[in-house]
Amino acid sequence: MHDLNNLGPRIIIGFGDGSIFVTETVIFAIIIAIVMSVLALWMTNNMQRQPKGKQVVAEFIVQGIYKLVEDTMGKHNSNFAPYIGTLFIFLLFSNSLGIFGFRPVTADVNTAFALSLTTAFLMQYNGIRTMGFIGKIKHMGSPYPFMFPLKVIEELSFPISLGFRLFGNILGGAIVMALLFTSLETASEALHLPIPLLQAVIPLPGNFFFDIFEPILQAFIFTMLTMVFISMEIVIHGVDHDH
Amino acid sequence: MPLLTPAGFVLGMSALSAACIGLAAVGIGLGQGFAAGKAVEGVARQPEAQGDILKTMLVGQAVAETTGIFAFLISMILLFVNPLVGML
Repeated sequence: MHDLNNLGPRIIIGFGDGSIFVTETVIFAIIIAIVMSVLALWMTNNMQRQPKGKQVVAEFIVQGIYKLVEDTMGKHNSNFAPYIGTLFIFLLFSNSLGIFGFRPVTADVNTAFALSLTTAFLMQYNGIRTMGFIGKIKHMGSPYPFMFPLKVIEELSFPISLGFRLFGNILGGAIVMALLFTSLETASEALHLPIPLLQAVIPLPGNFFFDIFEPILQAFIFTMLTMVFISMEIVIHGVDHDH
Repeated sequence: MPLLTPAGFVLGMSALSAACIGLAAVGIGLGQGFAAGKAVEGVARQPEAQGDILKTMLVGQAVAETTGIFAFLISMILLFVNPLVGML
């Protein structure tokens, strides 16, 4: 459960005078990365021509992500699917850590901004790759040159709002769950219950909403907006509209 | 001892403003409800496009939510890591 007196993530390991430290965010992110890698390796070893068992699940996930990317970004941009899929699954795991009683990894502003800065880098890189540097400057200054500062502010605000949206939603859910658990703990202490019965059943709908529904929704929205932002940079001047 | 200390005043006003930020939720609720209503109209008219309409509605609602998230962050900063008390 979230500690209400301290909003930041707990420091697990500190080096020296404590100015260099490793927080629980990093530890859980590494654990999630290891779990994802092991799952991917386990699901794809010993693949058959006739899929059965775990291979069906793996093919379902991969096909679904490729279909989503092709529907949103167009058929010719399906080479973004591995990154988008990894992002989606990582967000799914890291948002729903609260269901095990841990602090969600994305409830740390550093994680959310690392992910949104990756999106921003991909946006700018693909914009410059397709249009060229001069072409991108021209594109930002069209239709009128005085639009240029507005476009700069717009492109800066995309990653900021993307990062804060993810961070705020997950942190809000974690704080609401912590408040619920704290109030139920106080109530069951006041009623002198031998076992904390109130905390066992009542938070279940909250858990369902904040630890299952909201993570899926936020992971979907983050990946969806990433795809939209990247394809906004790639699709220029109505050249390719195949969706 | 005075009735009202400066730190107490700043803390009280911070809590009050953090509560007032909750008014931002009114606009988001109206906007998201409006989007959902229009999506229902779209699905009723064209049931086969339900998946696309749902996807578009969720993304639009997420973008509309941004102002509320900013308001939430400001109220969290006022409540938990109050920078105004340190300025006294």
